[in-house]
Amino acid sequence: MNWRRIPASAWLGLVLTFAFIFVAVFAPWVAPYGLNETVTDVWAPPSAEYWLGGDNLGRDLLSRMIYGARTTMLIAALASALAFLSGSVLGFLAAVAGGWLDQGLSRLVDLIMAIPSLILALVVLSVVPADVGTLILVMGLVESTRVFRLARAVAVDIGVMDFVEASRLRGEGTRWIIFREILPNALSPLVAEFGLRFIFAVLFLSSLSFLGLGVQPPAADWGGMVRENKDGIVFGIGAALYPAGAIAVLAISVNLVADWILNRTTDLKGGRSG
Amino acid sequence: MAETLLDIRDLKIGATVIPPGEDPQDITIVHGVSFTLEKGRVLGLIGESGAGKSTIGLSPLGYGRGGVRITGGEVILNGRDILKAGPGGLRRIRGREVAYVAQSAAAAFNPAQKLMEQVIETTLRHKLASRAEAEARAKRLFARLGLPKPETFGDRYPHQVSGGQLQRAMTAMALCPEPDLIIFDEPTTALDVTTQIDVLAAIKEAIRDTGVAALYITHDLAVVAQVSDEIMVLRQGRMVEHGTTDQIINAPREEYTRALVSVRSIEHEEKAPSGAPVLDVTGITASYAGSVKVLKDVSVSIEPGHTLAVVGESGSGKSTLARVITGLLPPEAGAITFDGRTLSPALPQRSRDDLRELQMIYQMADTAMNPRQTVRTIIGRPLEFYFGLRGKAKEARIRELLEQIEMGDGFIDRYPAELSGGQKQRVCIARALAAKPKLIICDEVTSALDPLVADGILKLLLELQAKEKVAYLFITHDIATVRAIADEIAVMYRGELVRYGPKSKVLAPPFDAYTELLLSSVPEMHLGWLEEAISRRRMASSGN
Repeated sequence: MNWRRIPASAWLGLVLTFAFIFVAVFAPWVAPYGLNETVTDVWAPPSAEYWLGGDNLGRDLLSRMIYGARTTMLIAALASALAFLSGSVLGFLAAVAGGWLDQGLSRLVDLIMAIPSLILALVVLSVVPADVGTLILVMGLVESTRVFRLARAVAVDIGVMDFVEASRLRGEGTRWIIFREILPNALSPLVAEFGLRFIFAVLFLSSLSFLGLGVQPPAADWGGMVRENKDGIVFGIGAALYPAGAIAVLAISVNLVADWILNRTTDLKGGRSG
Repeated sequence: MAETLLDIRDLKIGATVIPPGEDPQDITIVHGVSFTLEKGRVLGLIGESGAGKSTIGLSPLGYGRGGVRITGGEVILNGRDILKAGPGGLRRIRGREVAYVAQSAAAAFNPAQKLMEQVIETTLRHKLASRAEAEARAKRLFARLGLPKPETFGDRYPHQVSGGQLQRAMTAMALCPEPDLIIFDEPTTALDVTTQIDVLAAIKEAIRDTGVAALYITHDLAVVAQVSDEIMVLRQGRMVEHGTTDQIINAPREEYTRALVSVRSIEHEEKAPSGAPVLDVTGITASYAGSVKVLKDVSVSIEPGHTLAVVGESGSGKSTLARVITGLLPPEAGAITFDGRTLSPALPQRSRDDLRELQMIYQMADTAMNPRQTVRTIIGRPLEFYFGLRGKAKEARIRELLEQIEMGDGFIDRYPAELSGGQKQRVCIARALAAKPKLIICDEVTSALDPLVADGILKLLLELQAKEKVAYLFITHDIATVRAIADEIAVMYRGELVRYGPKSKVLAPPFDAYTELLLSSVPEMHLGWLEEAISRRRMASSGN
């Protein structure tokens, strides 16, 4: 791989994304104060000691942001991984098998997609106990419908190519056709979609937390922090804007990376372009 | 001395390419080509793909396709250098002085507009005539090009007319603003032979009657010989030879031109009947989704080590026959016997040996190979799948197969994108051979290749047949290919078998009407063939 061929935008995205990941992984070592330590005044202004000032309870905002990165990104990553695993496997299967299996799965997905995902998640989460496990499960399943659609569309596209027909004529099983013939050719749109889905998962989780059904206090996540500090905005205190800004920056940087991967993989080995 | 219309001097054209896994490179596509064209003359540009013929042909329009730019030289049209014309100047030239006829008329017409609107658009845009005048002119052109009902032809939409008619409508579109020069870019390549001959005759007459000059781009020397006054042979962006059509066809000076002229001269002795057939297809009737019958009661058989060529135009059902034999499309009626046993009509019920002994080679080698697999995987998988070969034994067999298709083992780790068109098709042949089949179905395997490369593939197939005793079912629309390779021939028309038997019998008179038409439509490599063929046809139809 040639490092000089990475465009500046991708560099920016890579550096920021890795910075976020680093901070998230090493949160306890990076954060200057504890998650729930009340160390300063309520909505204290930024100072040399407390870079972003205090939150609504006088906790260090920067430390909570760092711990929040960990929670937000972990849940979003696991939820998108779940969405991808289930969505793409089922999507490929529907495309390759066709017939009633395809019809059944596709209509079920249509049914789920017909319900606004936020409302669906709110209903489910208000019924079942809201811990991290169920949160990931619900988000993953809601997101997987989108992945299913994409995976099925891409696989149908590839499935009509002569090389897939050739492997069918050879007598290959469904497993070989999915994993050896279709998956390698579907990878680049799926990887790019993973980046986008991850961002949507972050936004989705933040919305849920903002509405109070996501990550529960005292644990910190960015959406929840916006909720905790939103009343300060009225008094001209910007504490709620820092976590909101973090969500935006993360979204943009992951997008930049996904964009570059999509560009790079489409012409790798002269694969199917477009 | 006639007036010079187009003078191209030392034209250099470059492009930026991004080879897989490497830095972008600037390459030169055309290395200093010069020629002049006088008013009313037709120059044929001929060469294989990558010869730069289309790139040169587009230069009088001041246009380069994606990433292509003119890097040097002069293109002087009617006395001024159009490379210095600038966007506004080019707009005044395009359509008015130079017009373009594209290869695929179906893709070049706007499906949402009536033909008349599109044919007269350029004329109106350049304000060369009033709408009434332009429409009258278009109708005259429709009549001249032999289109049906010229008065109302323009009221139709592109999908309501046939491919050959659409190509003629496009020629009318180019002629309507009365340009000085028309560029024909492979105008008949996408058409069936029986349609091609009419379009060719129409184009030739229109050129003669209007006195327009033309650049005629094609890869088919026999076609260009009928239309042009001069021919320029191009190879890899350089001029090989430029002369009158008579000289190029009858007395080529360069080695490469001689190869092009004598292409498809492979001779193949018909094999004697040898006994029990390997494949016996009886009374096959098939349709897609139960509606239109695509095959009607077709019966053919192939003897071991023989080649049956199935010939027909698009829509004749020849590819459907292949799909039925492979089991992809279960027939409505009829039986398939393979090597003495009855084949189940549907693919999933066939045994692994049935599948192994019946292999297939596709027209488009590009899409027939997984672009993410190396040659090693592509050829190695059937070995692994059918014979359980692993490790060293598999590796040795792959190398042996590469040897058989005349490619070194240096290709073993390449991806399909790193192979040329001919090499790709060879790898597909190796993949089929790896299964040790008794019958290989070849579906238009040489149609997408340049003539010289196609010749190489046909020679290879014949050699392999002699060595491996494999039978071929060879589907093609090209009579020259049939002559080169077949032992038996089946002529198909609209799903029916119209003529079937040994090559010597099928290609000898007396002919039935369709076979006669098909055979007389194949361009021959001599001057005046078009006129002879057309007059023969007129005589035949007036005699009826």
